[in-house]
Formats: sequence, C-alpha cells, structure tokens
Amino acid sequence: MIARRLARFVSSMLVLLTASFAMIHIVPGDPIRAALGPTAPVDLVNQRRAELGLDDSIATQFGRYLRDLFSGDLGTSFTSRQPVTEIISDRLAGTLELAALAVAVAFLIAVPLGMLLAVRTENGRNRGSELTFTGVSGALGTIPDFLLAVGLVVVFAVNLRWLPPAGRAGPESYLLPVAALAIGPAAVLARLVRVETLRELGRDYVRSARAKRLPAWRLHLRHLLPNTLTATLTVGGLLLSSLITGTVVVEYVFAWPGLGSRIIESIIDKDYPVAQAAILVYGAIVLVVNLVVDLALAFLDPRSEIRES
Amino acid sequence: MRRLRSSPAGLAGLLLVTAFVVLAVIGPPLWATDAARIDAAKILQGTSPGHPLGTDTLGRDILARVLVAGRLSLLLAVAATLIGTVVGIPLGALPAVLPRRAGRFVVGLIGSLVAFPGLLLAMFTTIVLGLGARGAVFGIGLAAAPAVARLTHTLTASVAGSDYVAAARMLRVPRRRVLLRHILPNVAEPLILNITMILGSSLLGLAGLSFLGLGVQAPEYDWGRMLSEGLSRVYVHPEVALAPAVAIMAAGIGFHLLGESMARIAARESRHAPTGPAAPAPPVDVPADTPSAALELRGLTVTFPGGARPVRDVSLSVNPGEIVGIVGESGSGKSLTALAVGGLVPYPGVVTTARLALAGQEVNRLSRAARRRLLGTALAMVFQDPMSSLNPALTVGSQLAEVPIVHEGLSRRASWTRAVNRLRQVRIPDPDRRSRQRPHQFSGGMRQRAVIAMGLMGTPKLLIADEPTTALDVTVQRQVLELLAEVTVRTDAGVLFISHDMAVVSQICHRVVVMYAGRVVEELPVQDLPEPAHPYTRALVACLPDMRTDRDRPLATIPGRPPSPVDAESTGGCAFASRCGFATPLCVTERPPLKEHGAGRRLACWYPRSGPVREETP
Amino acid sequence: MNITQLTVRYGAFTAVDDVSLDIPPGGAVGLVGESGSGKSTLARALVGLAPVSAGTITGIPVGHAQMVFQDPYHSLDPRLTVGASVAEGIRLPRGERATEVARLLDLVTLDAAVASRYPRELSGGQRQRVAIARALGARPELLVADEITSALDVSVQGAILNLIRDLRARLGLAVLFISHNLAVVRYVADVIAVMHNGRLVEVGPTDEVINHPREDYTRTLMAAVPGIGDGL
Repeated sequence: MIARRLARFVSSMLVLLTASFAMIHIVPGDPIRAALGPTAPVDLVNQRRAELGLDDSIATQFGRYLRDLFSGDLGTSFTSRQPVTEIISDRLAGTLELAALAVAVAFLIAVPLGMLLAVRTENGRNRGSELTFTGVSGALGTIPDFLLAVGLVVVFAVNLRWLPPAGRAGPESYLLPVAALAIGPAAVLARLVRVETLRELGRDYVRSARAKRLPAWRLHLRHLLPNTLTATLTVGGLLLSSLITGTVVVEYVFAWPGLGSRIIESIIDKDYPVAQAAILVYGAIVLVVNLVVDLALAFLDPRSEIRES
Repeated sequence: MRRLRSSPAGLAGLLLVTAFVVLAVIGPPLWATDAARIDAAKILQGTSPGHPLGTDTLGRDILARVLVAGRLSLLLAVAATLIGTVVGIPLGALPAVLPRRAGRFVVGLIGSLVAFPGLLLAMFTTIVLGLGARGAVFGIGLAAAPAVARLTHTLTASVAGSDYVAAARMLRVPRRRVLLRHILPNVAEPLILNITMILGSSLLGLAGLSFLGLGVQAPEYDWGRMLSEGLSRVYVHPEVALAPAVAIMAAGIGFHLLGESMARIAARESRHAPTGPAAPAPPVDVPADTPSAALELRGLTVTFPGGARPVRDVSLSVNPGEIVGIVGESGSGKSLTALAVGGLVPYPGVVTTARLALAGQEVNRLSRAARRRLLGTALAMVFQDPMSSLNPALTVGSQLAEVPIVHEGLSRRASWTRAVNRLRQVRIPDPDRRSRQRPHQFSGGMRQRAVIAMGLMGTPKLLIADEPTTALDVTVQRQVLELLAEVTVRTDAGVLFISHDMAVVSQICHRVVVMYAGRVVEELPVQDLPEPAHPYTRALVACLPDMRTDRDRPLATIPGRPPSPVDAESTGGCAFASRCGFATPLCVTERPPLKEHGAGRRLACWYPRSGPVREETP
Repeated sequence: MNITQLTVRYGAFTAVDDVSLDIPPGGAVGLVGESGSGKSTLARALVGLAPVSAGTITGIPVGHAQMVFQDPYHSLDPRLTVGASVAEGIRLPRGERATEVARLLDLVTLDAAVASRYPRELSGGQRQRVAIARALGARPELLVADEITSALDVSVQGAILNLIRDLRARLGLAVLFISHNLAVVRYVADVIAVMHNGRLVEVGPTDEVINHPREDYTRTLMAAVPGIGDGL
C-alpha cells in the first residue's frame, strides 16, 4: 500500500514538473513579447528567448529544464534580473512559517472543540449548543479567506488599532495573518471532528468502554481521540492543501514577505521564470503534505489499507 | 420545496439566493448609467447623501456599481460550475464503463487531482490563458471538476453495485434502460445538491481571484475587484470596502445554507421516526425478593419523549451461575432491557425501576463512585458485532488491562499479566503475543472471546450478552456458546442472554423470558420450552424449523406484524391479541397480568395453552 | 441445469473451485456452507452476475435463472413503485402488464394494491415477497434464493419458506436454496450440497446427508446446528 502511495507521489510530481515546464510553451503567441510588451526592442526579446533556450527543440529544452532544476538553477527573473532560486529561498521561509503556525492553530482549536461539542450534543442533547455551533462554524467556514483577512484588518488594525495591518515585524504581526489563515479551516475541521466523533460514539467499542465504567477522560482521550483523529484526517487531509494555498491570499492582504505575495506579482508582471518556479514549489509542498498525511494515516490506522480497497 | 421553506436556515438560503438572482437580472438595466457616470469633482469620496457608499477613483457611485456587478459575478460562477460539471461528470462516470484496469487508473487520477488545490490550478490557467475573467473561469471550473468526478464515481459505483441493479441485469433489462431508470435518478439528486454548493464556492473563488488582480480586469468589474480597490482606501473610508464584502458574503452564505438544508432534507426523507401521545405510567408488579440474586430487576420501564415506551414494567431475576435468556423479535424491547440494566440507555430515553440490584446491592442507592466501581467490575457486557466491539486503535491487551487499572488501582504490569491470563482462559492461542495485537488481527470468533475475557477482568457477578453469536457462523457460534457456559460455571456469575433465536436460547439457557411489545409475556424453565403456555411463545417455537421438523407440512406462521412501541398499549388489551388465533373480546379490552403459572413459571395470558407444540396442528 | 467444473476467480483468489452440480427441473437443491465458502459467488455465477473463469453452465437458457437477494432493504430501487419493480422482467405488451403484475403479486400472497406503493412503506417480509414476484416475472425455470430469510424475523421466516415450497409445487420451479442454516435448508431441499473453501465437499439426498454424513466437515456443521431441547 505504501509502495503504491509512493508511486502515486512520484507520478504526480512528474505531472507537476511537466505542467510547470509546459506552461510557458502553451501560452498563445510569443510569451517573451507578451512579457516585455509591444514596445520592447527586438534585440531584447531575442536575448531573452536565447536565455530561455526557446529556440531549441522541446525535448532538448525539457532535458535542460530538468537538469537545471536538479542543480538548483531555476532561471533568472525577467523583472528583477535576480536568480529565481534566490528569490524562492528568500521568500519560502515566510510562507512555511505562516502555514505551519496556521495548521497548528487550526488543529488545536478544532479537535478539542469538535470533540467537546460531539460529546455534549450526542443523541440530540443540548440542541441549543448544537445549533449555535453549527451556525457559527458554518458561517465562519463559508467566509472566504480574502474576506476574512480584510475584515480582520478593518476591525483590529484600522478601527481598534490593536495590531499592525501589514508586514512581518515582531510576534504581534503574526496574529492577524495566522488568524485569517486558520479560522476558516478550523471551523470546517471542527464540524468534521464533531461528525466523526458522533459516528465513533455510536460504535460498539464505545459502548464496551462505557460498560467498563472508565472515567470520562480515559474514554475520550484514550479510546475516542485516536479513532476520531484518523477518521478526521482521512476526510479532512485535503483541507491542509487549501490552507497552504491560502497563504497566497493572506500574504497579499498583509503584505507578508513570502512566496505567495511574490507569485501574484510575477503573474501580473508576466515574469514567467518566477511564476513557473513558484507554482512548482507550491505544488510540491502540497504533494508532500498530502503524502505525509497518507503515510501518517497508514501508520496510525492499519485498517486504512482495507478501507482503501 | 415546502420543507425547505419550513426550516429557518433553508428559508434564509432560499431568500438570499433568490435575491441574488433577481439582482443579477434587474441590476444592470436599473443602475448601469449611475454606475458608469464619471464625476471628476467627486473622486474618492466617502459616504455622502448623493453617494451612500462613496465614490471610486473616477467619482463613480460605489453602491450602483455593487448592484450592477452582481450579474457578472453570477454569470462567471455559472460558467465555472458548467465547466466543472461538464468535465467532472463524464470523468467520474468513465470508470463505470471502462475495463477494470483502465477504470482503476481513472479513479487514481481523480484521487490525485482532488488533492490539488484549486487556487494553484487557477493561477496556472491565468498564466496560460492570460490575465482576465476567461483564465479565472477556466481555472475555477477545472479545479471543481475532480470533486464532481469523485462524487459521480462514488455515487454511480454504489448504485451500480446495488442488488436492484443486479436484479435488473438478471432480468435482461437493456443497459441503456438500467442507466436511465435506476442509475441516473438515484445519482442525480445528490449531484444536483452538490452543484448548488459548487456554484457558491465558484462564486467565492472567482471573487478571490479578482481580488488578487488575477480575475476580472478593468474596465470590467465584479465584487472581488471592487473589494480590492476598497482595500487600498480602507484607512480613510472603510465603508467603500463594506458593500462588496457584504455582497460576496451574502451570496456565499446563501448558496451554502441552501445546499446544506437541501442535503439535510434529502437525508431525512430516507428515514422517519414515529411519535405519539404519552401513555400513563404503568403499575408496578412486585414479585418476592430473591436475596442472593446476581440481578434483580423490578418494574423496569424505558420512556422516550413523545410517549414511546419500548420497555414496560419488566421484572426478572438472574441467580448466580444461572443463564437466563430473553427472546423476542425485533422491536420487542429485549436489547433495550439489556442496555437499561447496564445503565447504557442512550439519551433521551428515561429509565425508571422499582428495584435494580446487582449482587444484592441496589444500584440506584449507591454513591456515584461506588456505583461506578460496582458496575465496572461486577457487570460485563458482550455485544452483537465482534467487528466493532473492541477499539480498533488500541491493542487487545491494553483494553483488557485497563479495567483493574481503573477500578482496582492495580499496576500496569500486574494488570497486563492478568489480561494475558484471562485471554488464555478463553482459549486464545499464544495469548502473550495476541495481547499485543490490535483487534483487526483477530478473527470474529476470537474477538468475541476477547470481549468475554474483558468481562472476566473484574469479579463478574452478571454478564449481559446481547446477541453475542448472531454475527458468527454456526460452528464458531457453538464454540462461543460453550465458552459462555463454561465461564458461568467457573465464575458463578449470572448471565442475561439476549437473542432472537429460540433454538440458541434453548441450548444455553436455564430459564427463558419471552418479551413481546416491551413486556414479559411468559417466563419458563428451559425444559418446559417444548410446551409453553402463551400462544406467542408457542408460535415462535413452532415456526422455527429444526432437524426434526416434518418436511411434508407447512411451517407455522404468525400473521400480521408486531405493533410499534407507541401503538402497543393503545387498546388497553393484550398486545398480541390481533395476531392471536385464540383471542376473545376480553383479550382486546383487558391486558392479562403477568402471574405465577405453575412451578417457576410466569405467564400473561387469559387462555393458557398446554401440551407439546409439535403435536398441535397449525 | 448442469454445472460442470465451474471455477470463479477474482485475481489470485479462487472463490469457486471446480464445482459440478446438477439441478433437475422442478428439483430443490440446498446449498450450505459458512461465510466465505463461495456459496454466494456460485449463485451469482449461475445467474450471470459473476465472471466464470472455467467450466460450463448448461440446461437453462440465459435469463431463465433468476435470483432473490439476502437483504430486502437494498434489493428494491427506492425510487420505483412496487408495480414498476415487479414489471421489470415481464416481456409482454404494455397493456397486459398491469394484469400480470397483479397475478405475480397474488402468487406471493400480496394484495394488488401494493403495486402503487414504494418499498419504504413495506415491511421486510413484504419486500422479500416483492423481490420474489419480480424474479418470477421473467418466468424463470430456476430460482436462486441466497439467504433470503436471514435478514427477517423468525416469525416471518416461516411464511417465506412456506411460500418457496408452495411456488415450487404450483409452478414446477427448480430452486437453489442457499443458507448457512442447515435446518432451514433441510426443510426446503430434496438434495443438499455442502460447500467449504470454494469446493463442494458433499452432495446427496437430504435425508442421507443429514442422517449419514460422509464428510467430517458436514458432521461438524450438523453438530453445530442448535435445536430446541438439544442442550449444548
């Protein structure tokens, strides 16, 4: 099973590489002319074409692309003339930091909250809490990240002036971007945790554990939590990838010095080498995260092997 | 539709979505001129009487522009959803028609694509197709396709694998007709529901791309782009960002509420719960005290809101070393009786008892802690499904060992030794190694043994076994029954054995309690089982074929069906009267009380029968 | 129907292994075995729902063997009325179908008015009768009944078993009756076939197999069947 999963990772990686390479070739018309604009001198256009080796055969270009990639050469930015590898390594840390913090926050909020609500609302008990929770989490889960980010800026930076509206300087500058990134996934995840916990609560092993009169903490933490977590990860693993790409939006709103804000600039400026590399890096992060989730599941829950077939 | 209107969330969703569609239709003709009017004197203003939400860089009225922009936002979302479904549905249907290997490949492909986030795909298409609405729509649409494909695939796979499609194929119903009559209708509803949700998320996704500058480009404008323009002025005039933000949110929440309410209604329609008026509290019939009983239960009633009483005034006792069977059909209240004794009736069921004593101790009079300890060590329960009655995430040994750790404060090591010991006692081979395995490595029969072993970890006085062998094959069933009998002899615990199978009960039990519609109708020693007195018990015995049944005569049957827990007492008479061949008007109007009926027997019937069942002509 | 050296494989797994069995016209063969013995796969192969890897099935034309499934709660399309479900196998002009549906429902002792109802309005026993009526609509020569009473209460089980015997007598139908319960099979079948790990281990007239089982496995199976007053 793990071998099959690894094979899928490798093939997805290959597809991603091919797509990022092909990107520049399927742009209609001359990409260089499009990037430099109609007024750019012919010499410059030709120079850039040569730089990218666009005049060689596709196979040669692909071979060179892969070779350069593995030697850490991702080309040079059209606009800043900086090596792309340098841009990526400058910016990547900011993005990863943000994403990792947000994932941690989302899980730390969602798992206890979802489980607590499930236990409190089992079999239609406490209808009030259930309605409040589904209402609030439903609304928070629906608000798109860009809207949430803007809202947070307006309330906490513009009106209350408690927190800085943009930039990365000091611990307090992390609060708003992490919140903007984590709240939506946390709401969706909490709902998921609640549903999965309710499902697990209905199983016979919980009845067996209750018949043993275990203390509540033991029942919930030892018996319920591992099963709930694996069930939640199985369904909710995909949330992580959308959280990672959410950094693009959040970095844009908070002018966060990360890869996400750079990728948008590069697309608008038609700075193909940077856009190409940034999409490749983002895609690779997503694939790696998905792989890690699946491997963790295979480790935590030996039945997932059966579940898949 | 009517049910959608009766739920507040569904109503709100329906209203928001309708308002949004109406706005998309009437917005541009009504306000397009205002939205386009440039006024150099009123550039970048905040709220003013002429412009309630201010003006933009060219002095155009922002409110009018928000009202006009709705149409483009909706049209783009519809276009993206269309792309998503047109690509996704055929892709998801493909595995059903392709050969096995190719189908598996497509399923794997869909799986990989689903995990790829939409925003990245959208950025890719924007680069390839150029900045603008076209690239954004394609990106969002293509990003939605894998999810649609996966849903289509799981739905078609489950319907195509159903028995009714197999039956249609057997009946040579043409392929096309199977698709049109069975598969499509059963797939369409959840799919349409999901498309509503996708419409909402496409709308938000497109707004997001425009917000980032990757979607709609000037001079066109949608809500996302207006929000982005507003954001740069948010310090001076926060209100200019408000209108587009509210519009986006209202539309997004509207689609979300609508889709979710429709899903909830669809889920509810597939099942229905009966409710009825509350019945008066039943009188309590108190038999004589049995001081040393493992279990003594008197006047047990379980009530659910709405008046359903699936268990009414049940009294029974189990002596040490005795196996008492409760038999009855589904809905007779036998399993709920078992749960009530174990204190495990789910909310909102209310349990009342005149006496519930375990090993001589009245459970309801104990302190919380003492009750916990008593029920935790003296009571053991075995449930029907061996596949799910052990925790799949924990090793078998640790699940056994925690009983003495929790209730006796025993050390981990000592508890584990005891667990291995008990596993050996229930004849699990190589218990040392097996105790470190997880349940999925055990066979069904072995798991049921492990659950029994778990019950032996304390000092069991009563073991409740609820259909413990129903899910097992006959040969395994026999081994588990033998183990139960052996355990009873060795520990001198009483056993309450719940089953629908009269033959199994007659094999293992000493005494049999027959339940019908929530009440005990007869109780008799097992050797009297061939000659019961209650017509219902007699019918149950007669309709069960065994290895001696006369094959030339039809089997006895019981006409009609058992009453629901609500109807059962509506007449005030015997609940079995309507299905009974011997019923008189008395049976219909007056319920026979449960009384002594010879040595060690109890019966609730006005007209007891006698003699062996087998000789009786049905 | 003659089954000769039938084998069904799924990948490396052999579900049915070299099985030969005759079901005479109008005869009733009972097939017993534990879960995973391959009895259901054999049944599905007979009606064309499982791929035959080797061997032949002769004697009954395609479509003249029909099967009734175990779970009546999932074997009827929830979106079709009972009448529409029953009519699926009927090969008659449109005008005569309603009468034929009424006749079929009558055969399984259901009221003709049931035709306009949906499966969710019926009890488990009634649904199973509808499933039998649907199978009879194709005028089959062989009816394969796969654990058709195991999802039903005992009081209903008797009525369905009586119905199967009754249909055999009235329509001259051959029946392959599959169950894990030897007592039930004994009651319905003239010939008993015992299946174990994909193979037929013993075939013979019911009384002979019951009273003088030749194989150890049959004896184990027999010993495990509970009966009232038997004790352990």
